Amino acid sequence: MTLVEGHLPAEPPDGLSVLSHSRATAGRVPRLALRALGPSLVVTYLSLLVLLPLAAVLDNAFQHGFSSFWQAVTQPEAVAALKLTFLCSLAVAIFNTLAGLVIAWVLVRDDFWGKEFVSAIIDLPFALPTIVAGLTLLALYGPDSPFGIDVAGTKIGIIFALAFVTLPFCVRSVQPVLAEIDRETEEAASSLGAGRLRVLMKIVLPSIAPGLLSGAGLAFARALGEFGSVVLISDNLPFKTEVASSWIFSLSQSDELSSAASVSVVLIASALVVLIVIRYLVSRFTVQDAP
Amino acid sequence: MTTARKGRRSRAKWPLRVLALGYVALLIILPVGTVFFRAFQHGIGTAWSAVTTPDAIHALMLTLLVVAVAVPLNTVFGVGVSLILARHRFPGAWLLDALVDIPLAISPVIIGLSLLLVYGKTGWFGNWLAARGIEVIFSVPGIIMASAAVSLPYVVREVLPVLQEIGDEQEQAAATLGAKPFTTFRRITLPSIRSGLAYGVTLTTARVLGEFGAVAVVSGDIAGHTQTMTLFISDSIGNLDPTAAYAGAVILALLALGVLAVLARRPEGRRRWQSRSDRSASDSELPLLSTTSA
Repeated sequence: MTLVEGHLPAEPPDGLSVLSHSRATAGRVPRLALRALGPSLVVTYLSLLVLLPLAAVLDNAFQHGFSSFWQAVTQPEAVAALKLTFLCSLAVAIFNTLAGLVIAWVLVRDDFWGKEFVSAIIDLPFALPTIVAGLTLLALYGPDSPFGIDVAGTKIGIIFALAFVTLPFCVRSVQPVLAEIDRETEEAASSLGAGRLRVLMKIVLPSIAPGLLSGAGLAFARALGEFGSVVLISDNLPFKTEVASSWIFSLSQSDELSSAASVSVVLIASALVVLIVIRYLVSRFTVQDAP
Repeated sequence: MTTARKGRRSRAKWPLRVLALGYVALLIILPVGTVFFRAFQHGIGTAWSAVTTPDAIHALMLTLLVVAVAVPLNTVFGVGVSLILARHRFPGAWLLDALVDIPLAISPVIIGLSLLLVYGKTGWFGNWLAARGIEVIFSVPGIIMASAAVSLPYVVREVLPVLQEIGDEQEQAAATLGAKPFTTFRRITLPSIRSGLAYGVTLTTARVLGEFGAVAVVSGDIAGHTQTMTLFISDSIGNLDPTAAYAGAVILALLALGVLAVLARRPEGRRRWQSRSDRSASDSELPLLSTTSA
């Protein structure tokens, strides 16, 4: 949370005038002023759109002290929504990491007609508006499903939607690493008599582990805050299929702003903690890998 | 030995291939295909008239207006931040780097809420704005701000790595030869970041076109007034007018396919969504957050 509160230097940092260009001769004062202009504009823009608003979330969450914050996040409907969100996000992160590994494997090691197309289509959930994603899933797996599979208003429906939007992260964080693995090491291992599984566990897995981890972390963080793709298929049934972001949305529309801010703080903090832990783990792995 | 290995591999190949392609088909290709089918189920005419009602046209126009304002703003901001981070060393650079990524780690609904808490009626600036008769929340400026906030990081993410890669030798040379900063930017910097910039702008546009959560919180969602295309789609489902929803979705899906066509041209190495954290980070930079969401 210190992230939000930590203020950036509003004046142009000293380093600016030291480094960069070596033309100290040209008109000094106007150029200094000009240099200050860029950073201040940038910081102002960031503050107006992101930093001040997030500070306001913190402010509103703890406006009436910690007890009101605690009351807002331990209210039954909030607890149910948060629990559902964490469970579904975790399930999706684990499942999609595995699915992403298989897909990345096939895209890197296999060769078939239309591979380029499949590789491009992996990014579609990223390019597609989330509400359209929700609608597509509703069309296929909702009440009018041509297959007779109706998962609308169930946890499975939520998991489907989260799996859809997080797939690109899971595939793309493993795919490049997999492509860079030195095949000769694997061949050496197998010519020395290592079985397929052993090669996979001892050689491939350690090198892609950081990729798998960061993919899972990104997917989890994304799933925690997902809204657009989930709302249509989840039906938003309180205590049953109402996710945290959707609970925050309804609070915000009924003017219960400090409750909404409180639940938001929990969600933001969780996402940040997960991302920081994952980053730490990934850096640990990467250091160990280095010869 | 090679033949033995090939034999083994091809046996394992098919189940994996079927598994992977089956998952992609069930999760992505089939659902998106179904939307097209549903939109044109009752004929192209029905679909056409569903998205040419005054409300639908207004929603599309509003979405395009938001794109026209938010994308250029974020492009200028993104290039500016990238230049500052890539070309200057200063205390707190890592913080600026991390802060720019924040919108990617936060639910769009929370971003919308956070704007409401500052610019809304009871928000921090609420009285100040009301006294001047400026309406932000439940109005077009709020929608633009929400869209700009969620799509803030994309240009930086695409442009910054390129700037760091190319270094500043050419820029220095140009400056030494007497080129003014703007000339150096236009003739040296801009051409070398062109493709990164194009991807960044494309991603930003895609995000702004499709933003739902953040906009839903701040817009008030009044048809023909503050309803964007994504809100039109969700309202049409609520109003039991699925044809309008599907037809609207087809318009946005077609735009997304265009975005995809651009993204598919990205070099393989750049296709990972956390590209910045993976740079062999130069000492001072340690971006805290590295996630991407749409």
